[in-house]
Amino acid sequence: MVYRLALTALIVLAAGGLQAVSAEDINIAGSTTVQPLAELFGEAFEANHDGVRIIVQGGGSSVGVRSAVNGTADIGNASREVKDSEFEAYPGIVVHTVARDGIAIVTHPDVPVDGLTLEEARAIFAGRITSWSELGGPDRMITVIAREEGSGTRAAFEDMVMDEDLICAGAMLLPSNGAVRTAVSTTPDCIGFLSFGYLDDQVKAIAIDGVEATVDNASNGTYPVVRPLNMITDGEPAGMVAEFLEFALSADGQAIVEDEGYIAVR
Amino acid sequence: MTRKNTVETVMKYVLLVSALTSITIVLMIGIFTLKEGMPAFREIGLGDLLTRTTWRPGQEQYGILAMIVGSGLVTVGAVVLGVPLALGSAIFLAEIAPQKVKAFVKPSIELLAGIPSVVYGLFGMVVLVPLVRKIPAPGNSGYGLLAASVVLAIMILPTIASVSENAIRNVPRSFREGSLAMGATRWETIRKVVLPSARSGILSAVVLGLGRALGETIAMIMVIGNSVVMPAATGGNPLTIFLSRARTLTGNIAVEIAYATGIHANALFATGVVLFVLIMLVNSSARFLISNRSYK
Repeated sequence: MVYRLALTALIVLAAGGLQAVSAEDINIAGSTTVQPLAELFGEAFEANHDGVRIIVQGGGSSVGVRSAVNGTADIGNASREVKDSEFEAYPGIVVHTVARDGIAIVTHPDVPVDGLTLEEARAIFAGRITSWSELGGPDRMITVIAREEGSGTRAAFEDMVMDEDLICAGAMLLPSNGAVRTAVSTTPDCIGFLSFGYLDDQVKAIAIDGVEATVDNASNGTYPVVRPLNMITDGEPAGMVAEFLEFALSADGQAIVEDEGYIAVR
Repeated sequence: MTRKNTVETVMKYVLLVSALTSITIVLMIGIFTLKEGMPAFREIGLGDLLTRTTWRPGQEQYGILAMIVGSGLVTVGAVVLGVPLALGSAIFLAEIAPQKVKAFVKPSIELLAGIPSVVYGLFGMVVLVPLVRKIPAPGNSGYGLLAASVVLAIMILPTIASVSENAIRNVPRSFREGSLAMGATRWETIRKVVLPSARSGILSAVVLGLGRALGETIAMIMVIGNSVVMPAATGGNPLTIFLSRARTLTGNIAVEIAYATGIHANALFATGVVLFVLIMLVNSSARFLISNRSYK
């Protein structure tokens, strides 16, 4: 009896699942940094295409790459470069960069240091510089805040700032951009990193090598910590998915990118 | 067969099925976790997993000792802070409080159990962390084991208090009357007669609290700092170990599972298996202690 019940439940679930996937749905999953952008693209695209539904889910950059390949999503979002290991494992993937995003190094507003060199930033996050006094500040220990392992923001930060160094084990790890912003704004003497989209006056963005962390500096190439926001498909896209990606890269799509504080690619 | 008998039989099987369902669910979760964790045990090795302190999935380093210690220390902290408080309120409610006071205090303690853990986490972040930060110690950011222990102590308080209150209340009245009649004071009666008689109940209350403490996740993520380091004392005072940041086993799974793939995901399931085993050990050792002592 239990078997029969379970079987019935399975059939009902499967039927429900099949019904939900119509030919006009585009499923998007992955990076939480790209997610709000994808949702806005989706809203604008749906307005021009009757009967098309864009369904956007989070999950993180690694999930984005994986779900594009295994077919759970038509498009996978990743807020970092696709890793060599991912290209090796899934040779068929095609990367569409729809926007770019700067990562700002931020401190508690009371920290008297306004600028760092890339080397100094690396040394702080690697745990080699542990006191603000080594950077001309007061003799207080630096509290390092970073994102958790697997986060696209962390991966991009490691790529562009840390080079071969590792983020120190003593760093406080928080699971989202929002949590990092809250912690940085409330913890004295602390330093962290944030997507440009999350900057506000609760935290102080630090200039790197003398270049302020602004969208202008990032788009003209002077600000060094800029990452691509990618949409990934398994093979060249076709049909509605291709149209959607064309829209993201069109003038209308790129206007949305700039409105949201990211950097347009066209 | 009469109608009454039919109902009896049907109900018997309905109840049997419910009982079997819960056992099946526990078994299935256990088997699933173990199955997903197996590749990690094979590739990393049980020894390395349990004895290494470095957890860097990016570098293929998976050691969870620091998190076992983190979970252990925060639980010890919560028990040290929470049990005396819980026992105190249980004794007060069962033995001392007048009916009117009790009618107010008991529901208040029970209300604590109904607060969602994310609210405790928020309270910890906004109220406790800034308080802890005032303790002058190098590198003290407020986030860490102390803040987490205090939050956890409050969270396990209602469980321990209400279960031990029941245990104390169940001590036969004649025990107290006998003791008082021999000339013992009220406090002597509580300390030497009532508490020892309620010992097994109090012990199971503490174990229930321990289980809750080991399993708590979201409130811990919010206040403990989540760094994968062996907690260590910073100054000469060994108690400063509680100012150190740490990560719990539960927090490790919750923070990283969304992004994890391949062996990293398996290692997180292996973390779950370790947690499962730890909680089973705690529960069964308590059962052993209780069964050994209660009928002497």
